[in-house]
Amino acid sequence: MTEAVWRASWQRLRLQGAPVLVVLLSVLLLWYAGAWAMNAQGAIERVLPADQPWSWQDLLAATLSMERPVLPAPHQVAADLWASLTGWPMDSPRNLLFHVAVTGESTLWGFVMGTALGLLLAVAIVHSRTLDRALLPWIVASQTVPVLAIAPIVLVILGSLGFSGVAPKAVIAMYLCFFPVTVAMVQGLRSPQRIETEMLYTYAASRWQALWLLRLPAALPFLFPALRVGIAAGLVGAMVAELPTGAQAGLGARLLTGSYYGNTVQIWSALVMSALLGLALTAAVAAVEQLVLRNRRQA
Amino acid sequence: MNSQSALSASSVAPRITGERLAVEVRNASVIYQAKDAPVHALSDIDLDIAEGEFVALIGPSGCGKTTLMRVIADLESISAGQVLVNGVSPHEARLARAYGYVFQAPALFPWRTVLANVTLPLQIMGRSREEARRIALEHLAHVGLGGFEQKYPWQLSGGMQQRVSIARALSFEPKILMMDEPFGALDEITRDRLNEQLQQLWQRERRTVVFVTHSIAEAVYLSTRIVVMSPRPGRIVKVIQSPLPDERHLGLRDSTDFMAVAHEVREALAEGHHD
Repeated sequence: MTEAVWRASWQRLRLQGAPVLVVLLSVLLLWYAGAWAMNAQGAIERVLPADQPWSWQDLLAATLSMERPVLPAPHQVAADLWASLTGWPMDSPRNLLFHVAVTGESTLWGFVMGTALGLLLAVAIVHSRTLDRALLPWIVASQTVPVLAIAPIVLVILGSLGFSGVAPKAVIAMYLCFFPVTVAMVQGLRSPQRIETEMLYTYAASRWQALWLLRLPAALPFLFPALRVGIAAGLVGAMVAELPTGAQAGLGARLLTGSYYGNTVQIWSALVMSALLGLALTAAVAAVEQLVLRNRRQA
Repeated sequence: MNSQSALSASSVAPRITGERLAVEVRNASVIYQAKDAPVHALSDIDLDIAEGEFVALIGPSGCGKTTLMRVIADLESISAGQVLVNGVSPHEARLARAYGYVFQAPALFPWRTVLANVTLPLQIMGRSREEARRIALEHLAHVGLGGFEQKYPWQLSGGMQQRVSIARALSFEPKILMMDEPFGALDEITRDRLNEQLQQLWQRERRTVVFVTHSIAEAVYLSTRIVVMSPRPGRIVKVIQSPLPDERHLGLRDSTDFMAVAHEVREALAEGHHD
């Protein structure tokens, strides 16, 4: 029994893990090659001694350990990340986890607000033909305005109203979050078949009972993929919102200061951290999905 | 047209005078506006169903048998005529939860356990959790599904799923049970067994049952009265009072009485088709 389980999981690892590993190794190899090629010029001009001869090994070593390379090598980014995470206390702006917390907070607030707004809009739309016609075109149109154009306006307006800190950033995250939730929930709330709706009708169920007992549960399989998209979009919104503020904290601000000072390693560290944050948030939603839908199976 | 109304007139008188009527249909018509010409889904239907009767509506597709039942269940409205269920309009009867409706498909919610599917109508009607649970377990036992309450619908066979849906329709003790080809999608062996169980259920409780089917054997085996319908326009061509005893078993289907009724139904169906 256990042996069979072991063999099965080994088989799965070999089937799924091996391709992933091969791709990872190729990316790393390409990255090192790219770092060498892109940094060579700068290394020759700034690092290597101009008056002494140097070998290709010297050049290679120099390109992979520059202070401000065009493309930092993976181990440099890893070292910077490690130093940032372990060398400073959690509340220090030099610790990347501090920035992760700041960005994560506005992302989560935006996600919660966006999901709530999306659910509300979807429920309103499926219950009213008028709202369906009036709202849906505007909801779609709202997403054609680039978030980069909206962000400063939201910041200025909310700032003048006395909202600062997390609120404006959450609103911008919400702006990207609510759309996939609305669209998926409209589809999901309309997914029950006629026979199921008629069945509740024969029980003389109220609209709210039909919503709560049939439409919402039927919509859940539609909702979760939208939530996974939504939380990733919310992270983008939160980071974009950190750019025009000249914010002191957050992964977006970290990216911006990194590019101000030409600190490419810092940019890459922030980028890796935001990727990890996005991954963690999506995985968290997926875990909730697994838990909530564990008893579902389509016949 | 004349002979037809004479035939349906015979059905107006209730089977036994003095019994209360569960369903009264008077001159009811359903007309759909189609592109070219209006479609008479039901034309001048007259039908009375007394309490405790088991009435089968049989006919080829398009004869309006399902439409007639949907009219009685307030799922469809009539263009002309009058329909009364328990003495009130179908709408009021539905709001009073006068009937349980079993659809062609089980229509079980896949996210609810078997038990939770059966308690659904009770939950809607505001019964307490414990009461709903107790009643649902009782009805699941009646349809032979004791011990399956914690399963999910997809873990059950088609026949079992339809039995769950019957338990669900009966859970709130409606006076009338309406069944729209409930076993149409099942294989014949399962169907026979479910027919037998349904017969026993009716024997026990004597609820009024309206049963739509296109199987002659099923109609004759189950019902006390068979209403034969015909399409274009949807109408009643004959109402056959079953001479079979109330107590029935599957062996009855080989008896001469059974054969005679089945023959009569077949004749009426053919007659309706020739018009």
